[in-house]
Amino acid sequence: MLAYIIRRVFQSVIVLLVVGLVAFSMFRFVGDPIDNMLGQERTQADIDRLRTDLGLDKPFPVQYFKFLQGAVQGNFGVSYRQGRPVSTIIAERAPATLELAMVSGFLAISIGIALGVFTAIRRNGIAANTIMTLSLIGVSLPTFLIGILLIYVFSVELDLLPSFGRGETVQIGGWSTGFLTASGLKALILPSITLGLYQMTLIMRLVRSEMLEVLRADYVRFARARGLGERAINFRHALKNTLVPVITVTGLQLGSIIAFAIITETVFQWPGVGLLFINAIQFVDIPVMAAYLMLISVMFVGINLIVDLLYFAIDPRLRVDGRTA
Amino acid sequence: MTLLDINKLTVEFPTRRKVFRAVDAASLTVEPGQIHGLVGESGAGKSTIGAAVLGLLERPGHITGGEIVYKGDTISGLNSDAMRKLRGKKISMIFQDPLTSLNPLFTVKEQLVETIQAHHDVSDAQAVQRARDLIDRVGIPDPDTRLNQYPHQFSGGMRQRVVIALALCSEPDVIIADEPTTALDVSVQAQILELIKELARERQVGVILVTHDMGVIAETTDVVTVMYAGEVVENGPTEQVMGRPEHPYTKSLIAAVPRPTLKLHRFPQISYGGRETRFAIEDLARNWPKVENDPSKPLYEIKGITKRFLQKRGLLPWSREYFTAVDQVSFDIKPGEVFGVVGESGSGKSTVARMIAGLYQVDEGEVIFDGKTVSNLSDKAVQTAYRQDIQMIFQDPFSSLNPRMRVDEIVAEPIRHHKLIEGNAIQKRVTDLLDQVGLGASAALKYPHEFSGGQRQRISIARALATQPRFLICDEPTSALDVSIQAQILNILKDLQEHLGLTMLFISHDLPVVRQMCDRVAVMKAGKIAEIQDTESLFANPRTEYTRELLDLMPKLDDLSTENLE
Repeated sequence: MLAYIIRRVFQSVIVLLVVGLVAFSMFRFVGDPIDNMLGQERTQADIDRLRTDLGLDKPFPVQYFKFLQGAVQGNFGVSYRQGRPVSTIIAERAPATLELAMVSGFLAISIGIALGVFTAIRRNGIAANTIMTLSLIGVSLPTFLIGILLIYVFSVELDLLPSFGRGETVQIGGWSTGFLTASGLKALILPSITLGLYQMTLIMRLVRSEMLEVLRADYVRFARARGLGERAINFRHALKNTLVPVITVTGLQLGSIIAFAIITETVFQWPGVGLLFINAIQFVDIPVMAAYLMLISVMFVGINLIVDLLYFAIDPRLRVDGRTA
Repeated sequence: MTLLDINKLTVEFPTRRKVFRAVDAASLTVEPGQIHGLVGESGAGKSTIGAAVLGLLERPGHITGGEIVYKGDTISGLNSDAMRKLRGKKISMIFQDPLTSLNPLFTVKEQLVETIQAHHDVSDAQAVQRARDLIDRVGIPDPDTRLNQYPHQFSGGMRQRVVIALALCSEPDVIIADEPTTALDVSVQAQILELIKELARERQVGVILVTHDMGVIAETTDVVTVMYAGEVVENGPTEQVMGRPEHPYTKSLIAAVPRPTLKLHRFPQISYGGRETRFAIEDLARNWPKVENDPSKPLYEIKGITKRFLQKRGLLPWSREYFTAVDQVSFDIKPGEVFGVVGESGSGKSTVARMIAGLYQVDEGEVIFDGKTVSNLSDKAVQTAYRQDIQMIFQDPFSSLNPRMRVDEIVAEPIRHHKLIEGNAIQKRVTDLLDQVGLGASAALKYPHEFSGGQRQRISIARALATQPRFLICDEPTSALDVSIQAQILNILKDLQEHLGLTMLFISHDLPVVRQMCDRVAVMKAGKIAEIQDTESLFANPRTEYTRELLDLMPKLDDLSTENLE
C-alpha cells in the first residue's frame, strides 16, 4: 500500500515537471511582458536592463530551471504587474475559488447522486423522465449563458441576489470566508449553481446508467429473493456498487470545477484565482501564470491519487491483488 | 400437509408480435423434506416456475392462469408487499452462479446479519451468533475468520455454501434451487448436493431443484417433473421416471445422457419435436484435402512445457511471486486420435491448450508439431502457417463469436486471413460450410444473437473448419449446452475425426463425455499430469488415487433406462 502511494507520488512529480516545461515553452507566444511594464518614454537601454533583470534574455529551459529552483523553496517570484510576491497574491485569492468550488462540488455530488438514484429506480415515471429531459439542457447549455440567464432572472428582474462579487467577507487567520455573512452566502448561490450545473447533470446521468446496470445484477436479484426491503436493496447493495465507476469521473470533474472556474469567475466578477489568471494573461504576468498552472496540476494529480485510494476503501477485491483465498 | 401446490400454472410474456407462453398449465406439488427435481432443456420454462413462485418474474411476464398454493393459502396474485414478506421468510432461493449472486462489496457477515435482521427481530449480537451457526452448519471451516471475509476470498464451492446459508437465514419451508451446481466442479457439486439433501431431511424443507443435468436428478431427487416447451410431459417418483420413462420426450432425453459405464459409437439423438439437424459429413469429406496419417510418428510431441503467471508484481525480480499453472507437462498425440485432458477447474488444462495453440508463450519445454518446433515462434510466416493447421472451438458459444459480425464474415475471416482462396470462391466455401454443419446457407446473412447455443457452436465449428485444419482443440465445447444439443455436437466432432482424419485435443471436466469421445486421456491435477492411459483402461483400472476419486464422483446412472441405446 505504502509502496503504491510512493510510486504514485513519484509519478505525480514527473507529471508536474512536464506540465511546467510545456507551460514555459508556451509563455513566449503570449506576448512580451516588457511592453506592459515600461511606459511610453522607455529607452532601448531600459528595455535591455529590465530584460536582463527579469532573466527574460535567457532561453526558456534556463528560465524554467530558475523557476523550479525558486518553487522548491516556496518562492514563486514577484508578479510583474503588481510587484508583490505571487504566493501572497494567490493565497489572497485562493479562498474565494476554493469556497466556490466546495459549494458547487457539494451541490453537484449530493443532488447528482440523489437524482441519479431516483431516476434509475423510477425508470419510467413521469418525474424521472422530466428530470432526464431537463438534464439534457443542463449538459448542453454553455456555462456563461447559464450564468448570464441566472443574473438576468434573479438579479436584474427579481432583484433577489447579487450579480457580482463575494459580498462581505470575514478574515479568519489568512483565510477570507464568505460563509459567515448573509451577503457572502447570498453571493455564493448564483455562481455555485452556474459552476456546478454541468457536473451535476453529468453525475446524475452516470449514476443512473450504472445503477440500472447494477439493478440487473444477480446479487440484487438474490437480495430480493431472500426478502430484503427495497430500501436496503437500492441504497445499500445497489448504490455502493454503483459508486466504484462513478468515483473516477466525479474525481476528474471536481478537479475541473476548481481549475476551470475561470468562466464563472469572469461572468460573476468573482475575485478568485481564475479571474487572477485571466488578468495575468492580458498582462503577460509570467510568474503568476506559471504558479497558477502548477497549482492546478498539483490539484489534479492530488485528486486523482485520492480517487485511486477511494477505490481501495470501497472495493475489497482490490486490497488483496484480486486473488482468491 | 402439502407445502407447495402449483396447480395448472400458466405464465405468459407478451411481446411486440405475439404472446409467448413460457409455462403452460404446469402442475406439481412439494412435500416437506422432499426434493423435487424439475428437469428440461433451456427454454423449457423450469426457471420461470421458480421465479413465479417467488413473485420475481421479469416484466412483462405475468401469471395468466392457475394458482400457487402455499400451505393452503393461494399466494399467486398477492401484491408486491405481501409477496416480499413471504419471500425469503417462507420461500427462499439459491441461484446458479455463486460468483455473481453475492454482493462483492460486503463481507459475508454483513450480508448474513442484514438478511437475518430483515426477518427476525434480534439484536446485532444475536444475529452475528446466528450467522456464525449457519456458516458452521453449511460446512465452512473456521467460521469466525470466514465471517469477516469478502465473497472474493472464497472458492466457488464455498461461495455456494454461503449462498445456501443466506437462503437459510429466515428458516424457510421451501427452497428453490435453480441450477445450484452447474457452475461447480464435480467434486464440489457432490458436496453441495449432499448438503442440500441433509438440510432437506434435517429441517423438513421442501426443495425444488431446477436443473438440466440428469445425473443430478438421478442422484438427488425423490420426485421428478420433466418439462418440454413450457408443458409438464411426465411426472412421478425419480426411479420410475428415470428407469421406465413413458413419454417419448423423456425417453429421448434420457437416451442422450452420456453414460459413464458404457461406450457408445454414437450418441442417440433426441428425435422429439423434430429438432434434429442434419450434418452433411459426406459432402464435407469430398472436398477435404487427403491427409496421410502415419501412425508410427506422433503428430504432437509436448515436452515438459511449463507456464508461470505473475502473481505479485515487484520492481525487483526476486520480489515477484509466480504461480505455476502448468508444471513440466509432457505427452504425445498420435495422428487421427482424440486426446482427452480432464481435471477440475484450475488444474491447468486450458492453459495447456493455449500453449499448444501458441496463444501463450511457453516458459520451459517445447511443443513439436509434425517434427517442427512451434512453441514461442518468432517468425511470423512460420507462425501463420502453423495456425492454419490448428483451430480452436471454445466453451462459451455466446462470447466466442463477435456479435457485430455477420455469420458469413465470421466464417470467412480465417480464409481471408490465411489468403487460402479469393473472390467468389470464399463465398462459395462459406455457404457450403454452413450448409454442411446443418445451418443452411440462409444463416450467412444473420448475426450470432439470432441463433441458439447449439447453433452457435455449429457456427464455431464451421469457422474452425474454414481453413481445413489438421488439428482441432476443443475446450469444453459442450459444457454450456443442453444434453440433447451436446449429443448432436459430440456426434459432429466424432464424424470429423472419422471421416476427415482430424486429430483432436478434447478438454473437459465431464468424465462420461470424455469416455464417449476420447481414445486416450490425460488426467491433470494442480498443473501436473496425474496419469495418461487409454480411455477404456483408465475407466476400468485407474492407476492413481486421484483418478479413482474423480471416477467415484461421477453420477451413478445405473438406474437410468437403457432403452433406445444401441
